[in-house]
Amino acid sequence: MTTALITVDQSAARRQRARSTRSRLSTVVGIALLAIMLFPVYWMVNTSLQPSGNTLNAGLIPWNPSFAGYEQALADQGGNLLTSLIVSIGSVVVCLVIAAPAAYALAQFRYRWISVALLVILIAQMIPGIVIANALYAAYNDLGLLNSVVGLILADASHSIPFAILVLRAFMMGLHPSILEAARVDGAGPVRAFWSIALPIAKNALITAGLFAFLFAWSDFLFALTLTTTEDLRPVTLGIYSYLGTQVSNWSAVMATAVLSSLPAIVLLLVAQRYIAAGAMGGAVK
Amino acid sequence: MTTVLSSRRRRLRREDVIKALFVVPAAIYILLFFGYPVVKNILMGFQDYTTKTFFTGEAPWVGLQNYVTAVTSGLFWPAMANTLLFTIGSLIGQFVIGMGLAVFFRRQFPLSGFLRAMLLLPWLLPLIVSSATWRAILDKDSGILNQALGAIGLDAVPWLTSPDVALIAVILVNIWVGIPFNVTLLYGGLQDIPEELYEAASLDGATGWKAFWHITLPNLRPVMSVVLVLGVVYTLKVLDVILGLTGGGPANATQTIAIRAYQTSFVDFEFGVGAAFSNILILLSLVFALIYLRSNRKAVDE
Repeated sequence: MTTALITVDQSAARRQRARSTRSRLSTVVGIALLAIMLFPVYWMVNTSLQPSGNTLNAGLIPWNPSFAGYEQALADQGGNLLTSLIVSIGSVVVCLVIAAPAAYALAQFRYRWISVALLVILIAQMIPGIVIANALYAAYNDLGLLNSVVGLILADASHSIPFAILVLRAFMMGLHPSILEAARVDGAGPVRAFWSIALPIAKNALITAGLFAFLFAWSDFLFALTLTTTEDLRPVTLGIYSYLGTQVSNWSAVMATAVLSSLPAIVLLLVAQRYIAAGAMGGAVK
Repeated sequence: MTTVLSSRRRRLRREDVIKALFVVPAAIYILLFFGYPVVKNILMGFQDYTTKTFFTGEAPWVGLQNYVTAVTSGLFWPAMANTLLFTIGSLIGQFVIGMGLAVFFRRQFPLSGFLRAMLLLPWLLPLIVSSATWRAILDKDSGILNQALGAIGLDAVPWLTSPDVALIAVILVNIWVGIPFNVTLLYGGLQDIPEELYEAASLDGATGWKAFWHITLPNLRPVMSVVLVLGVVYTLKVLDVILGLTGGGPANATQTIAIRAYQTSFVDFEFGVGAAFSNILILLSLVFALIYLRSNRKAVDE
């Protein structure tokens, strides 16, 4: 009896040990795969820390880091980084102000045309940006919105509004009708129910939508390229593009700017991982 | 009685108006920033629309002339072929690698969640940043890739400067950019396959490849079609990656329809012909969008 028990115990322990060895091996393989996938990101950082020059003869590890690239980058692109920041924050505000009420309506009000509206939003997400840029250039030219912060904010919001409506709606579908019904009984109109009940509950979804709106606007290249024509107002993505030109003269400055432009994505992925993961899943298929 | 009724009706109507105000801003935005551009592009496609139009306000109707110009231009068919190669190549690479990683991450192991999240990084970086970085990596003379090839005795490849390999290089970079998107969606799909199916199959001796072939693939079909069709739609319109790496060159080896649309409008300032290229792009996307919506509906029905 006791021996039988012991053998069962032992084999279970052995299986457990085998499993934990396997899962530890998986972790090692996982880290290796991630290292391969993220090697370009490492290389960007490594190159940015090399002394200035038009060649790329960097060692594998920046033993003697030089910050000359960053000095050059901040001198050339500091203003452009600020422009990107202002435009991105503006886009987040425009996106959430427009998308949140719409998402609430599409989730909670019983309209007959909701499936049509969702179809339109799905299709809107697929329209090539160059189509939008083509038409906006002409319209902005007439309205005097070329080379303006407002023009860029409004155009960049197009990257995120359909996405935000879909993500927020998916969340607000889950709001229990009884909560909103209780508010109604208390005499709250649809605006109060939305503002003081739905929005606080949807806080996490709002953060997700807001983060992605920021990243989409920060990454925008097409509208920066087409809707600005002077150097006075230039998002950093366009700054990098103009750096690239035909012949790159200072790789460490280009890569330093690339690193600075990557900071929002890297920081958000580290500190706001669960919101990013939620958005990555939610936006694509709904 | 009548006053009570009419006041209630009035209140109802007032609430209807308030409710409508929830969607009005979004409706106006979508009309202005998605509806108007599509309509405007279709119209511009039939107009002689150039920089002169901005001064004179005149854009004479020219019928199908812009489309004739676009299709008979020397770069149209090469660009079309490149678009197809770029899209198919990117999709196959992203999908196969994405599927491999998704299956790998299905095992739960220490740090798996964190590593999977970090894998999203290439997707979240501005595309122009990725292009710049890859340009440094792929540089013919001093890029790290050619140095690594040299270290194992291979010749340097002129990745971005030779018309023979530039398209391949651009596809490789776009695969790297698209992997996280594929992993995320496929991993999500894998999570929805009940564990019991695998347990039952393993009792019948189906594990490993057999289980993948007979359980994973059939159950993942709806998600796979969504991933592939969205992939096509997103890949067709890629601009940043190609503009940042090659600008459509060398010797037009990486020209695509999207690049043609951009350059015709914003480099040559032939907005009418550019719109014609854009509309051809919309048409291509539309075909796949319809496939997507059908497969999506089927996925929802199932």
